Order: sequence, then C-alpha cells, then structure tokens
Amino acid sequence: MPIDWISLSVFGLLFVLITVLGFLAGRWRRGDLDLLHEWGLAGGRFGTLVTWFLLGGDLYTAYTFIAVPALMFGAGAIGFFAIPYSIMAYPFVFAVFPRLWSVARENGYITAADFVRGRYGSRWLALAVAVTGIVATMPYIALQLVGIQVVIAALGVEGSGWMADLPLIIAFVILAAFTYTSGLRAPAAIAIVKDTLIWIAVIAAVVAIPLQLGGYGKIFAAIPQAKLLLAPGPANALLPYSAYFTLALGSALALFLYPHAMTGVLSASSRGAISRNAALLPAYSFLLGLIALLGFMALAVGVDKAPQFADFAKAYPRNFAVPALFISAFPSWFVGVAFAAIAIGALVPAAIMSIAASNLWTRNIYREFINPNCTPSQEAQMAKVVSLVVKFGALVFIVSIPLQYAINLQLLGGVWIIQTLPAVIVGLYTRWFHERALLFGWFVGIVTGTSLAAMQGFTPMTAVPIGGYVLPSYTALATLILNFAVAIVLTPVFNAIGERGIDETRAEHYG
Amino acid sequence: MQGNRSRLWYLLLLPPYIALIWVSSYNKVEPEWAGIPFFYWYQLLWIWIASALTVIVYFATRSRDH
Repeated sequence: MPIDWISLSVFGLLFVLITVLGFLAGRWRRGDLDLLHEWGLAGGRFGTLVTWFLLGGDLYTAYTFIAVPALMFGAGAIGFFAIPYSIMAYPFVFAVFPRLWSVARENGYITAADFVRGRYGSRWLALAVAVTGIVATMPYIALQLVGIQVVIAALGVEGSGWMADLPLIIAFVILAAFTYTSGLRAPAAIAIVKDTLIWIAVIAAVVAIPLQLGGYGKIFAAIPQAKLLLAPGPANALLPYSAYFTLALGSALALFLYPHAMTGVLSASSRGAISRNAALLPAYSFLLGLIALLGFMALAVGVDKAPQFADFAKAYPRNFAVPALFISAFPSWFVGVAFAAIAIGALVPAAIMSIAASNLWTRNIYREFINPNCTPSQEAQMAKVVSLVVKFGALVFIVSIPLQYAINLQLLGGVWIIQTLPAVIVGLYTRWFHERALLFGWFVGIVTGTSLAAMQGFTPMTAVPIGGYVLPSYTALATLILNFAVAIVLTPVFNAIGERGIDETRAEHYG
Repeated sequence: MQGNRSRLWYLLLLPPYIALIWVSSYNKVEPEWAGIPFFYWYQLLWIWIASALTVIVYFATRSRDH
C-alpha cells in the first residue's frame, strides 16, 4: 500500500508525545528509583483511577485489539469467548486479590513467588512459580510487537531486509529506554493517554461504521450463518458447548496469575483500590466487546474482497482486518490516531510485562539463589538491566522466528501460568497442601499440558474422554484439574514422611 | 458472626459464572435487539450485570476493609 503521509504524521506525532511522557513519568509521585519496589511497583502509590488505567492498559493489549476481532473475522462466534472470559475474571479478582494485596503489603512481597516463598517456606516452589511466570510472559511480550508490525505495515511503511524491521526496532529502543529510567511509572502515565485514544477510536468506529453500513441489522445480516452462532460440539459431548465456556473460564482464572497483572495489583495503594477496580474494569470488557464486533464490521464492509488490501491481507491474514476497516471507514488523520492507539497499546503491556519478569528474576532467582547479600540498589540495578534483556530477547524472537511460534508459545503460556493457581490462590486461604505435593502437581500439569498442546498442533482444546463421552475442554483448565488431583493425593504422603516449611505469614496479614 | 453474615454477600458473585457457563441458554439469534443477535447482546449485558453485582457486594462488605 502507498504511504499515507497524513496518517503517518499524526501517528509519528503521537508517538513522540508518549516518548516524552515516558521519560517525564520518572518524576511522577517521586520515589527513589534505586529501590526495586519503587522502580518495579511505583512504591505501591497508585490509587483507584491510575490502577484502572494501568490494569486496563496492561490486560487489554494491542494484541487483543488486533487478534480478538481477527478471530471474529476469521472464525466467527467462538471469538466472542473473550467477553465471558473478561466477565468471569473480575468477580474472581474481587473475591481473592484483596487478600493477596494485604499479605504482600504486610510482608514486602513484590511478586507471587515472594508470597509462595513466605507462605510455604519453600524456595523451590517459589522458583517454579517465578520461572513459570517469566517463561509465560516472554512470548506475550513478543506478540505485542505484532500489533506494532501490523499497524506500521498498514501505514504503508515498507522496507527490505533489516530495514523492514527498523520501525519496530526504533519503537522498542524507545520502550526500553523509558522503562529503564522511569520503571512502572512510565507505562502507567502512558496508559492514560493510550486508553483515552483507544476509547475515542473505538466509540467512533462503533457509531460511525454502522451508520455508513445502514445499522447493526445490516452488519449481522452480512455474516455467514456458520459464523453467527457457535457450532454444536461432537455428538457424544458430555456437556454442550464446553469448548466455549472452558476457554472463557480457564482464561479468566489464568489472567491475573500472569506476572504483569500481579504487578498491576500489587502497585495499588490500598486494598479497596483492588476491589473498586474489580467493579470498574468491566468497562474495558464492554470496550473489548465492541472491538470484537469490529471483526464482523470488517466482514460486512468486505475488506477481504477489496483489491487495495490484497497484499496487506496476504502478509497478515486475519490480523489485517481491523486496520483495513479503519482505513476504509475513516479520514487519514483519524486513521493515524487509531493506529497510534494500537501501537502505544503495545508499548504499555510490553513495558509492564518486562518489569514484572525482571522483578521475578531479581527477587526470586538472583537474590534467592545467586547473590543473597545484594544491596537494595544492586537489586534495583539488576532488575533494570534484566528488563532490557527481556525486551531485547522478545525483539530478536519476533524478527527472526516465524510468527506462528510466538502465537503457539503464548497459547502454551496460558497452560503454564494456570498451573501456579494451587500454590498462589489456594495458598491465600489454606496451607492444607504440602509444598512438595504442590510442586509435583505443578510439574505434572506443565508436562501434560505442554505435550497435549504439542500433540494437537498447538490448538487450545483437548477432548477429555469421560466414560463413553468426551468433554472438549480448554487444555489449561483440564490440566489444572489434573494438577489439583496430584497435589491432593500426594499431600498426605508428604505429610507422613517429611516436615513442613515455615509459614512467615499470619492470619491477620490477609485482612 | 458478623464476618460470616457478610461473607454470604459473596454468593452474589456466582450468577455471572452460572449464566455464562450455560451456553445453550444464549446460543441463539432470537430475540434480536436493534438488529444484534441474542448471543451478542446477552453476553454484553452480563458485563454490566456482573459489574453491578460486584458493586453491591463491595458496598455490603466494605466495613471489612477497615
């Protein structure tokens, strides 16, 4: 596609604006950035509103904005699972995460693995939680770059060889620099701008495009019957549509176990800020619902048949849908705003994810196993450097490895991260489980989940045989149940043969 | 005892899970609303119901935060 200079200028201008903002953010609610909890959690100073922007910017990523409508566009109704997914996430957060916030604040924990270390007195279980978090986060960061790649291509910026990746490299150098200097304050400040732009772009789209097309009735009338509703499962299915709801439920349980979500929760200034956000964040779910419908609008507009998008569609099948829709429906300057929103929407979660991963590395691997006597400033310095390594790794990953690998790994990330649920979430309520039993359960869950996914060509579903029936299930949820079963069976065994670790938390710490 | 009674409020967080897991109840086109099939607007509606229920539980249990 030819370069649209108006779109590109608006895009560039907004990008410069948020770069400046990212560097200035270090002075916001000023703290000593040579301390890890200041750099990596902004000192836990964020109130309800900033936490709302931060978590919104963190969880509803650029990849979400591109991939969810792309799934609707390509596969239809199943793509709408993102809505029950985000609905089911928040009551769970409301019920559970204030406890985690309280115990973390009381004991100075900055990661989920810190809590597990303190609760079970087991550095190995904590290591398992930390490594799972880091490994699950890496491909997620890489996928954020896909969002940037797609909009840069949509703006018509092209090149050959390494020049083709130059805009991406520039974006990531900027990201790395402001994360290094400002820590969590940078993505928090930028999230406010990014979310404002996203809200404007999406509301304009869901109002203006149906007007152009003659209403929502016309849009849905243009959708093929097969895409409009969920297909019935296999004839011998135990429960109807189990694929849809297990995908939603499993994803919802996994969401806040991701290190970047944990970082968002622990940076809040009060327990009430978490509860209030569990009630307020659904506003973003509604936004996501509207964004999902953009996939259908793209079908109704017929972007797949438009000759000007043929090359773009070939380079980014499905993912081209939303950018192409914006180009065909809006004036150039507004396309620039919308694309900037998506690209900035990639930087915010990428920054938070890299901070979260380096918190885990520094606290639960470096300080625990490598340099237990490090000073607080050495600890913070280590985290800053690791955040650079993590982002550089993601960049190399996306530039040199086929995109499908990143998507497969991100899918596996969900299967992996959910295996930390018994240790982290159940641990908030009871120490009934023996730490070694939890470690075995985690191991069995990871190994089974990974091999099931790999055997099925990295599709997210597994058909669990039960009696003469099958229960098509999200692999993460099915293997979580296996994980629990192993931990339940082994707990009495380990209780009989070994001692328990020491619990440094007390009942009143949980609030 | 106060604690137990206030915990009962948390049961209000369950309806969204039950409603959304029961997919057969909403995997249909009719009744449409403003041209939008039931499947879509019903799930979008549950976003607000779930949020409202959370707000109710929040205010009902708030004293526990202090």
